[in-house]
Amino acid sequence: MAIFDYAPAPESVRPAIRERYGLFIDGNWVAPSGGRYFETVNPADETHLSQVAYASAADVDRAVRAARKGYEKYWRRMKPADRAKYLYRIARAVTERGRELAVLETLDGGKPIKESRDFDIPTAAAHFFYYAGWADKLEWAMRAGRVPDPIGVSGQIVPWNFPLLMAAWKIAPALACGNTVVLKPAETTPLTALALAQIVREADLPPGVINVLTGDGATGAALVEHAGVDKIAFTGSTEVGKAIARSLAGTDKRLTLELGGKAAHIVFADAPMDQAIEGVINGIYFNQGHVCCAGSRLLVEERVHDEVIVRLTERLQTLRLGDPLDKNTDIGAINSKAQLEKIHELVRSGVEAGATLVQQQCVLPSRGFYFPASFFTNVHPSHRIAREEIFGPVLSVLTFRTPDEAVEKANNTPYGLSAGIWTDKGSKNMWVAQQLRAGVVWCNTFNQFDPSSPFGGYRESGFGREGGVHGLYEYLAK
Amino acid sequence: MIALTPVVSVDAVMLEARAAALAKRSIKTSAKLEGITLGIRCTDLTTLEGKDSQGRVRSLCAKAITPRPGWPGVPSVAAVCVYPNLVPAARAAVEGTGVKVASVATAFPSGLSKLEIKLADTADAIASGADEIDMVIDRGAFLAGHEREVFDEIVAVRSLCASAAREVHLKVILETGELGSYDNIRRASDLALEAGADFIKTSTGKVGTNATFPTALVMCEALRDFARRTGERRGLKVAGGVRTTKQALTYLVIVKETLGDAWLDPGKFRIGASSLLDDLLMQLEKEQTGHYAGSDYIPKD
Repeated sequence: MAIFDYAPAPESVRPAIRERYGLFIDGNWVAPSGGRYFETVNPADETHLSQVAYASAADVDRAVRAARKGYEKYWRRMKPADRAKYLYRIARAVTERGRELAVLETLDGGKPIKESRDFDIPTAAAHFFYYAGWADKLEWAMRAGRVPDPIGVSGQIVPWNFPLLMAAWKIAPALACGNTVVLKPAETTPLTALALAQIVREADLPPGVINVLTGDGATGAALVEHAGVDKIAFTGSTEVGKAIARSLAGTDKRLTLELGGKAAHIVFADAPMDQAIEGVINGIYFNQGHVCCAGSRLLVEERVHDEVIVRLTERLQTLRLGDPLDKNTDIGAINSKAQLEKIHELVRSGVEAGATLVQQQCVLPSRGFYFPASFFTNVHPSHRIAREEIFGPVLSVLTFRTPDEAVEKANNTPYGLSAGIWTDKGSKNMWVAQQLRAGVVWCNTFNQFDPSSPFGGYRESGFGREGGVHGLYEYLAK
Repeated sequence: MIALTPVVSVDAVMLEARAAALAKRSIKTSAKLEGITLGIRCTDLTTLEGKDSQGRVRSLCAKAITPRPGWPGVPSVAAVCVYPNLVPAARAAVEGTGVKVASVATAFPSGLSKLEIKLADTADAIASGADEIDMVIDRGAFLAGHEREVFDEIVAVRSLCASAAREVHLKVILETGELGSYDNIRRASDLALEAGADFIKTSTGKVGTNATFPTALVMCEALRDFARRTGERRGLKVAGGVRTTKQALTYLVIVKETLGDAWLDPGKFRIGASSLLDDLLMQLEKEQTGHYAGSDYIPKD
């Protein structure tokens, strides 16, 4: 029998979830014009959480008009220091209600509570704090003589992997620069955006400055296509990002896209090996691999390949998969049934292509959507699992022999969002980092985020930057 | 000079992040009870003060054998740890109870004496009845790069222990607070294990920085790699500054998740502490009865 097995340690806070949520337009909760609602469920056990309003094109129009009014009447005229005051108010409220928001995020999305508690919510609050500070200092972000003018109404579409955090990444700089927002959270994870809307209401923001529309892809498309929107900011799949880019071509709408990735995580033979393994584990299994910058292609120097595989295999077994609300859970639930099926499909393709699958040995909960932490060896660069974004807890391990080869393989992808390097040699670290075509390169660490640091991609991973001073330029008139 | 073992590098940022993540494990109810009991079983109840006397050691031994008289199910600690002069008193007090006598030796805590004196110190402790020798390494020699000297000293003390008529275990204190980097802690761990240490131990308790979570983690990694390479499971002792049940449970978590359940045993893991036992007993009572007893209900010595 195992010794010192951890007893269940479930988070005890239960946030209030309404039976039904309306749309948040012009500072009020309103019913959807079509009267339609859809269900949001807990992916950890497939239980019902709430009914959420479905925003039609008519609702999008209402929201965009409200945002326009909020922009013209209040927000663009407001003294920047006063805009900052509202942003600080939101930041404080997110912090104060951090535990409740964390549980809500975990219930709706399936991510482990330790991640929503220690990463998602504090980082979301940090973005509001950071950009609140910029609101009355925008001239210092500009070249001399340039005036920081806002763009107008910003349509923001965020994904289901970091629902509140991605909303914060987009709302905070938009508002700091004087823009107003129509936010469309993902279909499977609307609850924290709706909680944020309630915070906005309680913070007494002028009506129309932030509007929240729940819905599906059609809602998002209506927002993208609406003539009253001046800017679209989208985080999500490359496929949808391309469709948005096509739809906006020929218009004068501004666009930032933060799309998929297939990041190379390069481990050299001289790496601090135990920490490199931890970095690799964090890089791919954080948030069940539902991370656009996940280190999903491990490139290992051939001479340490076998050692790395032994260590990874052992470490895999100590990951704790299960109830996302348990404070000791490392791997929670897959966000949705559709995503689980996509992961299964790609893993099947890997097995059929002849790659070797290694998985953590554990019993999956009988209800809910789960996938064990996994990796493939004997992967060839031509395999689908080495090229396509799996967006799940599945790592593909490839090898290289020289730094040149590592760089060549790392860059051999249409994506370019992030990369990681592990080596004890500073000069090698810097040289490789310079060669990699990726928006962010982590050296001897992975998944580090800070509001002051810009984030964004190359090529099919998108364009535009979020975070830092660069994040402001996406919301200022050129 | 031949290379002793390959040098393994450690990245401080990720090591500390991993240790911090392990320190966030939530240990509740049945796990907490089991952890507390295990913590008591793994304790080296220690007194290493200049004012130690035979009387003080005898009462320490009584507590080591029966930490909470009248409470069934509270186990004895693993060992008492004392200065060499007090080994005879401790030996007499614990004889036949299963509690071991550990003695510090080799010019503890600095280790800055001639090898003959260190060996004489060790031989005296063994002759007086010590079951376990807690030796210190010569940190000055290690930091000056004289690794062979450090290695040979451990080997010499090791062979003295091995030549005793009964089984004598050797714990090698690295004094991690003086080594200056995790790279050095890893290096010293590897040297000590190669030289034959049964346990590697963090600290004397006599310097500013004693056992820390990242230090324990890096030493666990050395033990795990040694076991992988040789098939031999050697032990870890954390010492100094471990005062609370929460800390003790975190060390158990670090050991469990880095080395595995086979190390969750007094034969492979020890905590050197003096006041920790009181907190473990208090938390044990809290888990069993649902409320805290006043600290005066726990015997101090």
